[in-house]
Amino acid sequence: MQTQDYSLKEMMAIMAAREIKNGDIVFAGTGISMLAAAAAKNINAPECVIFFETGAIDSAIEELPLSVGDPRVMYGSASNAGLLEAFATMQNRITGDKVIAILGAAQIDRYGNLNTTAIGDYHQPDIRFSGSGGGCDVASFVPRCIAFMQHEKRKFVEKLDYLTSPGQLQGGGSREAAGLRPGGVNVVITNMAVMRIDSESGEMYLDRYYPGVTPKIILDNMQFSVDVSKAKQAKPPTETELTTLRQKCDPQRLILG
Amino acid sequence: MNKENSKVMAVETAVKRFMNDGSHISIGGFTLNRNPMAAVYEIIRQGFKNLHLYAHSNGTGVDELIGAGCVGKLEIAYAGNGKTAATCIRFRKAVQEGTLKVEDYSNFMMSLRFLAGAMGVPFMPTLSGFGSEIITAWGFSKEMRQADPEIPDDKLVIIDNPFGMKQDASKVLLVPAINPDVTFIHVQKADTMGTCRIDGLTFADVEQAKASKHVVVTCEELVKPDALREFPERNQIPFLHVSAVCHVPYGAYPTAVYHHYDYDAVYLRAYAAAAKDDDKFLTFQKKYLYGVPNHQGLLNLAGQERLEAIKADARTGYAVNMKRG
Repeated sequence: MQTQDYSLKEMMAIMAAREIKNGDIVFAGTGISMLAAAAAKNINAPECVIFFETGAIDSAIEELPLSVGDPRVMYGSASNAGLLEAFATMQNRITGDKVIAILGAAQIDRYGNLNTTAIGDYHQPDIRFSGSGGGCDVASFVPRCIAFMQHEKRKFVEKLDYLTSPGQLQGGGSREAAGLRPGGVNVVITNMAVMRIDSESGEMYLDRYYPGVTPKIILDNMQFSVDVSKAKQAKPPTETELTTLRQKCDPQRLILG
Repeated sequence: MNKENSKVMAVETAVKRFMNDGSHISIGGFTLNRNPMAAVYEIIRQGFKNLHLYAHSNGTGVDELIGAGCVGKLEIAYAGNGKTAATCIRFRKAVQEGTLKVEDYSNFMMSLRFLAGAMGVPFMPTLSGFGSEIITAWGFSKEMRQADPEIPDDKLVIIDNPFGMKQDASKVLLVPAINPDVTFIHVQKADTMGTCRIDGLTFADVEQAKASKHVVVTCEELVKPDALREFPERNQIPFLHVSAVCHVPYGAYPTAVYHHYDYDAVYLRAYAAAAKDDDKFLTFQKKYLYGVPNHQGLLNLAGQERLEAIKADARTGYAVNMKRG
């Protein structure tokens, strides 16, 4: 294996950025998801529109916001509204169907359902997390969601401790049967791999593994098994992608560290 | 006192006049932005207990109120606070230790609940949340709900779409209205009658204010009503909804106010560091909360240099190149 000249964070941001296309409306959260959105805008999808659940649309991101409530999302936007308008934009299919969202979670299951609420019993949790925020709404409304995860056994679980944001629920069309539109998490980007949700079965499979990682190592870091038969090695970030990411997207190294 | 000025008062007076132990309240802002911190600190100093707090993602103020032991019940969508606290630290501790009863919703659900309250309808519909345990796992039990007339008997209700398959929806989720006793917001500009002009994102402040029996507004600038009657389309909250107006420059500190000042990352980091340890947190509170008579006391402790460092740049509305990481 060659010496890596990029970090896993950079790899993850670029892999997510590549999912974003021109014309997409990108729902960005905080941290690495913000960085991925900025990378897409500066590298491969200059005409994508970044927006925030707080109500800012197409902000001029001169400095990376560290929270969706950061005043940096308000500068140069097309509109500074509020939460109701932001979520209505996603619930409304005319605009909502163009949205690609980037989410994170404490736990994910094979169907792309997310837990951002609690570990242990909900009423007396061992670890309490922030809760849904807009995550449940986004996962309910929009057709494409990227989930950022660390590839660890305690995070890729057989059964979620709490289902905050719906993916394919129990698979086999149960999402639609519950009353949800098609959508939810369809791509999972980790520090080892890119996983996807099969649109037929609703189950996760391994699509790409990073240089230096094998499908076996990936499976060893999950509680459940997935189909690895279609897996190929991921294409690492190019020089151009890395340079733009470092110099244009996060020159203060707020997320890259 | 003439009518125009009858709502103008000190924040200490407003908190004393409109708050009680057990009050149902909400606060404006979002995570580290435009939280009504002067009012929050005053609620803490006056020692109100067992509050029922409604929040979407009002990070800084929510965690300070919980940390001071003011909150008994919390209905919330998100308790995180930017880079310093992925999960608000005193919130996490209170939930894990069982000292706080918490009911989870999503941000859209909470915003719609305030809107329902503002509109005077019992609920609003949404297509969010089917299959989520937000619907099935109740923090407040049925018994507890039935025993308290202030809380609806059901957390959320699913109905079949009464309009066939309109919007391709087979089912609709109904979220119950909220009408707080008091909502506290901080705005850039208010007039002496209580009309508010917010610059930048409004978050859910407008719906929260209009849903509330009383609204206490703190503001960076207090102006005569005439000043806001020019370009009234820039005003979001007319005076009808407002009970008290308090002139408190830096009243959202340590959170940000667009075009006035940024959040104070130094304070938020110090808070987060202290909040992880009970003894350190008590020392922190003794210094910054109980050790000062009012909000100006906290600003004095922060010092002119810090206030200068977070001052907003005229072009962007935030402090350019401020050290945040």
